[in-house]
Amino acid sequence: MIRAMVRNDFPILRRRIHGKRFAYLDSTATTQKPLSVIRAMDEFQRKYNANVHRGIYTLSEEATELYEGARKKVAQFIHANSEREIVFTRNATEAINLVAYAWGRANVHEGDNVVISVMEHHSNIVPWQMMGRELNYELRITDVDAAGLIDLRQLEQQITKRTKLVAVTGMSNVLGTMPPIANIARMAHRKGALVLVDGAQSVAHVPTDVRKLGADFLAISGHKMLGPSGIGALWAKQELLETMPPFLGGGDMIREVTLQSATWNDVPWKFEAGTPNAVGAIGLGAAVDYLQKLGMGNVHKHEQTLVAYALKKLRTLKGITIYGPLDARKKGGVIAFNVDGVHPHDLATLLDREGVAIRSGHHCAQPLLRNVFNVMATARMSFSVYTTKRDIDQCVAAIEKARRVMG
Amino acid sequence: MGEELYKEIILDHHKNPRHFGTLKKPTHQAHLENTLCGDEVTMQLKVEGLRIKDVAFSGSGCAITIASASLLTDAVLGKSLAAVKKLGTKDIDKLLGVKVGPAREKCAYLGLETLCKALGK
Ligand SMILES: Cc1ncc(COP(=O)(O)O)c(C=O)c1O
Repeated sequence: MIRAMVRNDFPILRRRIHGKRFAYLDSTATTQKPLSVIRAMDEFQRKYNANVHRGIYTLSEEATELYEGARKKVAQFIHANSEREIVFTRNATEAINLVAYAWGRANVHEGDNVVISVMEHHSNIVPWQMMGRELNYELRITDVDAAGLIDLRQLEQQITKRTKLVAVTGMSNVLGTMPPIANIARMAHRKGALVLVDGAQSVAHVPTDVRKLGADFLAISGHKMLGPSGIGALWAKQELLETMPPFLGGGDMIREVTLQSATWNDVPWKFEAGTPNAVGAIGLGAAVDYLQKLGMGNVHKHEQTLVAYALKKLRTLKGITIYGPLDARKKGGVIAFNVDGVHPHDLATLLDREGVAIRSGHHCAQPLLRNVFNVMATARMSFSVYTTKRDIDQCVAAIEKARRVMG
Repeated sequence: MGEELYKEIILDHHKNPRHFGTLKKPTHQAHLENTLCGDEVTMQLKVEGLRIKDVAFSGSGCAITIASASLLTDAVLGKSLAAVKKLGTKDIDKLLGVKVGPAREKCAYLGLETLCKALGK
């Protein structure tokens, strides 16, 4: 169980907003950071900062050790076979782009296809559109129903011998639903296609074991799992990474450079051109430690309890539309909703004045909102380890008040 | 402060937008969307002798978008073209009686932007 005291580990939650207690309900956009993460980053900058992998002196060696130690933590967190399977990136978006550019250019050709779902975050849509234009492959989109379930029949038909990749979210950042990755991976692998999972949300909210997941690539976002912004990761098996050409060129990713050409460093460093975000990686490592202490199973249970509670409370209000499943067991800690007669932007502004931070808009998932739900914008509340029932109560009371104001 | 932003005047113009609808023979018109949230506004004008003889708007969106467009139509009706072309975002703040802040500027100024586009400004 996760106790309400966890909230005390997050200094920002002590802030008052417009004189009110702060109820932060936008963890799907980014999570707040525990003191241990803030401290680890602070300590690194105070005591260990040096360019990693480059200096022969003590400080650089220590910095390198800490940076590579963070890689090991991330690897263990998702049960990777080795830390060599973790490439640090800026965020989940860059991890997906890395696959699209480096792996895509080498493996997807004219006449091939890539399959994604309509439920994807823009970061798992736009790179595939961009590469599709460059490489002339077909982008196939699988439907999702109003309960947030992927049409597996259609998907099975869309995956052909010319399918090179199936790229799906591990958890929708709007509906919270979690596609059956193992099933999808079986379908894809049968036809020789690889599978990319956008784990920006799933890795932050449910236990992840890449040995069982079935995916070939997993995109990870640091700032959505209590880590700092500016750090993310791509997981892929070492053999797969080794077949891929580099993504960006520059320092660190090479073994030897002459004026005519260069040879590549080993993986994963081959994909980490330039001075990396070492302090970010150290922060992410500390976030992983923190989550592991809580236990991801507990994190998931905690959020499901909150979802069940919030759904029950929201449904007592009149004129509420909830998007996605109404069964808390079928989703992660996020609820998209609308209030009749109150535009989500107005709602978000009014809630802010009550100290409640929610998201309003399209949540970077315009195709899902438009094609499946025929709306342009919704309100969204989302949870993390520090969320409490009191946050939800405060939000629901603020919604009622907003409706009175707009009534 | 929420209630301060959502003043009577804004709520009133949101619920009962003025000049809401379409003109039969507009001389100028434009449509704009706020791609961030899907709010949209169409402005129609009938300009005669360098004056705004008639104005109408339609669209959908949040209270700030609708109210500011509505207030704007009230403000420009009967005015000279020259005066209308001088209108800026500060005038919208004045009409709303409040500065909405960076998160909502796009909503507050959508009507004005649409009007400017209609007038080829
Ligand atoms: C499902 C999903 N995928 C990808 C992203 C992008 O993540 P990042 O900000 O790490 O690039 C997000 C975050 O907005 C997300 O929710």
